[in-house]
Amino acid sequence: MPYACAVPPDAPPIVTIRGLSKTYASGFQALKSVDLTIRRGEIFALLGPNGAGKTTLIGIVCGIVKPTAGTVTADGHDIVRDFRAARAAIGLVPQELSTDAFETVWSTVTFSRGLFGKPANPAYLESVLRALSLWDKKNAKIMTLSGGMKRRVLIAKALSHEPTILFLDEPTAGVDVELRHDMWMMVRDLRARGVTIILTTHYIEEAQEMADRVGVITKGELILVEDKDVLMRKLGKRQLAVVLQHPLAAIPEALASPALALSEDGTVLTYTFDVQSDDPGIAPLLAQLGAHGIAFRDLRSSESSLEDIFVTLVKESR
Amino acid sequence: MNVHAIRAIYRFEMARTFRTVVQSIASPVLSTSLYFVVFGSAIGSRMGTVGGVSYGSFIIPGLVMLSLLGESISNASFGIYLPKWSGTIYELLSAPVSFVEVVIGYVGAAATKSIMLGTLILVTARVFVPYEIVHPVWMVTFLVLTAVTFSMFGFIIGLWADSFQKLQTIPLMVVTPLTFLGGAFYSINMLPPFWQTVTLFNPVVYLISGMRWAFYGTSDVNVVTSVAMTGGFLVACLVAIAVIFRTGYKLKS
Repeated sequence: MPYACAVPPDAPPIVTIRGLSKTYASGFQALKSVDLTIRRGEIFALLGPNGAGKTTLIGIVCGIVKPTAGTVTADGHDIVRDFRAARAAIGLVPQELSTDAFETVWSTVTFSRGLFGKPANPAYLESVLRALSLWDKKNAKIMTLSGGMKRRVLIAKALSHEPTILFLDEPTAGVDVELRHDMWMMVRDLRARGVTIILTTHYIEEAQEMADRVGVITKGELILVEDKDVLMRKLGKRQLAVVLQHPLAAIPEALASPALALSEDGTVLTYTFDVQSDDPGIAPLLAQLGAHGIAFRDLRSSESSLEDIFVTLVKESR
Repeated sequence: MNVHAIRAIYRFEMARTFRTVVQSIASPVLSTSLYFVVFGSAIGSRMGTVGGVSYGSFIIPGLVMLSLLGESISNASFGIYLPKWSGTIYELLSAPVSFVEVVIGYVGAAATKSIMLGTLILVTARVFVPYEIVHPVWMVTFLVLTAVTFSMFGFIIGLWADSFQKLQTIPLMVVTPLTFLGGAFYSINMLPPFWQTVTLFNPVVYLISGMRWAFYGTSDVNVVTSVAMTGGFLVACLVAIAVIFRTGYKLKS
């Protein structure tokens, strides 16, 4: 069941991006004047096809990639002028499983905490490792861990300095279903503790499951930012499939409508209607079918997913 | 100043050293000891003196410098190249640290290891060859200055390199020849006048000469010049690293 924890629209911003552009030395323009505000305490999902600019955007905010133009503030601090305070507030879980293979779990999280300017706090690090089911592996070398555990180590490193903003770049890529669900729980727990989470994902289901708001980026442009629920209502469609007892050669003229389509084999009529509509028109349709002597043996309804909406948006932007 | 970050980087690097103690410490001590056995005890006993010092003793400052230069460069270049290679450099780039803290952490650890190594080599050398140190404070000064300077140089190489092959190129193709031709095994006064002048363009000459002065009170070039040249190279390395971090050369896209 999708998790809902609405963050009010007037919640204070924690990340503010203005006119952010990035053109690489090759001439490739990865970001085109992106404006985006992340609200404090929300889970924001940034969706986009490969090469859309998601990782570049995250890289700039975290200080890994140099912007060509634009400004970014994180937790009220400019990422260039006041980079120490800005970066101290941010934790990053990268897309790649980049780990210190020869180090132990404990030494690598201890290193991360120190690197981000925090004094040693074994009790806190223990709580992080326990929350990520890594405590038993604290003395294991990272190279001996499974892919899923390495991913959790990266999350532990990102959390080691108690950030208020957490970037998760494809956090569940290559992770099995069970672990993916564990991670979703962990992300919710983090948000409950006040951490703002920005995630990119290829699994639209993941965004649908967790996000408060969704941003869609393609070809370096942010084409949409919307509350997930509003987006689903606005752009979502429902369909009713009417399975006929006898195939039809064509839709009778009296029933013809752009909302009604007949399958190639003539056995299924598909009626598409607006989710937001008070009167979807199902009852009149069924009455008209009866009036024309068209019998049906089954009715199936379906609702478009965030994935359908995402695919439509990206196609439209091409 | 992010002191916690400096400490974290330093400890991390030192832990790597102690984890690989055979490769990091034992191997260079063993290989340098072989020089003492061959050139010091075996061949050296059949050779005359150089500047009033027995040949076996004469080569000690040069051999210590040879190890110090090689290890400083190798330690520091590998230390920063490894996270670049493994991809964990993202953490360093996204951390609230300036280049000064990064350099203190990495170069400090690399220099510490080199100084430990230099001290071990000196102790080992005593087993094979007798020597004295006329200016012990200056000897320590040259040891530290050289370790820090060439650790910085190694750090630059590690930042520049984008393959293990490149990582080895400068030390093997440039530093080792300069060290061998820098008077480690001979006094530059033994060279023809033209080559004496050419040799003065080799920065390693000043290091070895300064170290030899600290040991025996005699040197090929003035000790003040040696200190100035080493200090100048240190400042040049520091400026280069600052520029690399400011521009993001080979670090940030």
